[in-house]
Amino acid sequence: MNFIPVILWSDALVFLLLAAGIASAWYIRRHEHLLLPWRRVARSSVAMVSLLLLSLFLAIGLLDTLHFRVALPQANGGAKAYSPEVLSVLDKLVEPLRTHTEKTYSAPFALALYAKESMTDARGNIVRDYPRLQYGGAHLSDISQRDADVAQRLVLGGTLGFVIGLLLLLGVSSFRRRPESSGSKQNAFLINWIPACAGMTVSRKWCVIAIAFLFVAAFIGAIANLATVYHVLGTDKVGQDVLYLSLKSIRTGLIIGTVTTLVTLPLALFLGVAAGYFRGWVDDVIQYIYTVLSSIPSVLLIAAAVLMMQVTIDTHPEWFDTTAARADLRLVFLCLILGVTSWTGLCRLLRGETLKLREMEYIQAAQSFGVSSMRILARHIMPNVMHIVLISLVMDFSALVLAEAVLSYVGVGVDPSMISFGTMINAARLEMGREPVVWWALASAFCFMLVLVLAANLFADAVRDAFDPRLNRTEAKA
Amino acid sequence: MLAYLIRRILYALPILIGVNLLTFALFFVVNTPDDMARMQLGIKRVTPEAIEKWKQQRGYDKPLLVNSAAGGTEKITDTVFWQKSASMFAFDFGYSADGRSISREIATRMGPSLAIALPTFLIGLVVYVSFALLMTLFRATALDMAGVALCVLLMSVSGLFYIIGGQFLVSKLWHLVPISGYAGGADSFKFVVLPIIIGVAGGVGSSSRWYRTIFLEEIGKDYVRTARAKGLSELRVLFTHVLKNAMIPILTGVVVVIPLLFMGSLLTESFFGIPGLGSYTIDAINAQDFSVVRAMVFLGSVLYIAGLILTDVSYTVVDPRVRLQ
Repeated sequence: MNFIPVILWSDALVFLLLAAGIASAWYIRRHEHLLLPWRRVARSSVAMVSLLLLSLFLAIGLLDTLHFRVALPQANGGAKAYSPEVLSVLDKLVEPLRTHTEKTYSAPFALALYAKESMTDARGNIVRDYPRLQYGGAHLSDISQRDADVAQRLVLGGTLGFVIGLLLLLGVSSFRRRPESSGSKQNAFLINWIPACAGMTVSRKWCVIAIAFLFVAAFIGAIANLATVYHVLGTDKVGQDVLYLSLKSIRTGLIIGTVTTLVTLPLALFLGVAAGYFRGWVDDVIQYIYTVLSSIPSVLLIAAAVLMMQVTIDTHPEWFDTTAARADLRLVFLCLILGVTSWTGLCRLLRGETLKLREMEYIQAAQSFGVSSMRILARHIMPNVMHIVLISLVMDFSALVLAEAVLSYVGVGVDPSMISFGTMINAARLEMGREPVVWWALASAFCFMLVLVLAANLFADAVRDAFDPRLNRTEAKA
Repeated sequence: MLAYLIRRILYALPILIGVNLLTFALFFVVNTPDDMARMQLGIKRVTPEAIEKWKQQRGYDKPLLVNSAAGGTEKITDTVFWQKSASMFAFDFGYSADGRSISREIATRMGPSLAIALPTFLIGLVVYVSFALLMTLFRATALDMAGVALCVLLMSVSGLFYIIGGQFLVSKLWHLVPISGYAGGADSFKFVVLPIIIGVAGGVGSSSRWYRTIFLEEIGKDYVRTARAKGLSELRVLFTHVLKNAMIPILTGVVVVIPLLFMGSLLTESFFGIPGLGSYTIDAINAQDFSVVRAMVFLGSVLYIAGLILTDVSYTVVDPRVRLQ
């Protein structure tokens, strides 16, 4: 074995979340009343297309979560040593992106470096010119061939991606054929969706999703084909490929958005429900705690906590065997402190809802039957506040992803050595003052973030519409 | 009402003590004053004597919470926590790491902060509410859909993008206003106009959508039907009846932030080089100046609590049925 798997703290938490997600999905599948609102989500084509994009991001994030360390070439008879660099499966998949580093900035699809250098030409004279890139477009002998080459690769990769996507789609739809509901046109359509698209006789939703899927597949194909020989999004100050940085940032953003839930959820759920149900001094204490926490401006609380953690990390270098482990612990801690500052809103909502629920007749019935408080909370109250929890969690996700960028700018975000949208923006913002403007790193970070947050927002809206009992269903359908 | 206010203010005291305890715990439980001294002094000059001197100068040489050596009330008062916290309640924040009076800094920096935050808040409120009313007027039409789509798109864009993009476009390409900086008096206009526009633009998405939800909720109520049955025009129904009745939910979200306007905006101020409290805070965070961060945390919570009380008072203004007791 020439590598060892490495499980960082954040990896472990992601696996925990994944397991919890799979378990609850399995549970929901077996209970029709829980499945119902999700069916409503699935009816919206916007939500499904957003989900498609989110799953793509999630897949990239998960691939980037499987970490390992490669064994170093062994010295004679020495003990097996592993490289201090922690890599992930994603790094291996996009190996050319990671290793093809140039000297400094280069524009997207550029063949030459951003800065001039002194070079000796064929006749031995020293000239100052833009040197050709080491990797970007190195296969071309002449600069004029570039546009044709890019177009050719674009079409080829796009077609290939499209065909693979088509095959996948056909494969999936023939598997998904369910004979028990053969009466519905929707399932029949899944097998032969092309004529259906042309005739428009069946559900428009699946047509939209299929087109979105094929578009994404073609896009990935084209980018993958181009990225092997060009820097599609350019390179940054130290010559790293911006596409690679953007892909790596996805994991950081997703972790901030999801792992924080692990802190928020238990705190808000238990304290909120307990405050609302028991009232009296329990309520007073819990209200006091969340008023204190929410009265501190959250950026300042986060800043104070991160500063303190920084001192602790600096004074205990022996805790971490790799820089990745140190950066990772800081990320986990950031999630923790973000969770501590953001549970109060949900807690207040849950308290209010529980105050209302505890006066309901079915709760009073349970009380008069002598059901214990714990059991009433677990069986009767928690399930009835779950929609609030879910809505609030999906709505918070995008806010957290955006907050990461701001916090990194303030200097209390993730570790500077960790690749994230925040660190990318932070490194790139001074480049706008250069002449010509170095816009690509900033633009890529913002675009990736926009797609992620937009998809999350649209999906969250659909979830809220489907789960909010206050909405009039007949109206929602119309 | 006076009794209510006094009670609310008294209730704020334990919360502020809690805030102080929390920040104190954050700073000193994880790290001892020695760690802090070492960090402030840097690596080169750390000797035990230097650390002792640093602690003594700044009053960190006492026990943290309980002074077991002293007797009587001194047991509690002669400690770092008491010394550092008690003066805060008199708004005496002590001195920053570079030896300047924090209270004076706050007083001088409040002006520039307000010069940006107040107009942003007022213009923003008018713009968001009007936009939301427009969307409500055209509800369930293509215009409304387009408006909501625009809102979702705008709120998905990072706030940093508005600032960086705005600065690049307006200042660097079009040379309309200086990129950053600040000057007092009438000169300040050209420095504050861009931050204000960007601040307003950055909030359009989420705020307008939120107000639209509030208006839509109101518009389904009975009094709206009555008003329409009387033959009032849709515009009149919206602008007089719905807008007035939507004031309560709007105030809940809006009045809380008014006192916090004094704190300024961290991002805007540091990007535009405005010498306000926001940039003061960021500088303190970057310089790891704990006393300034602590003072700002305290000030922030005082203003937040003031906002909560103001919100309650504002209810009585817009809704005569509400009585505070």
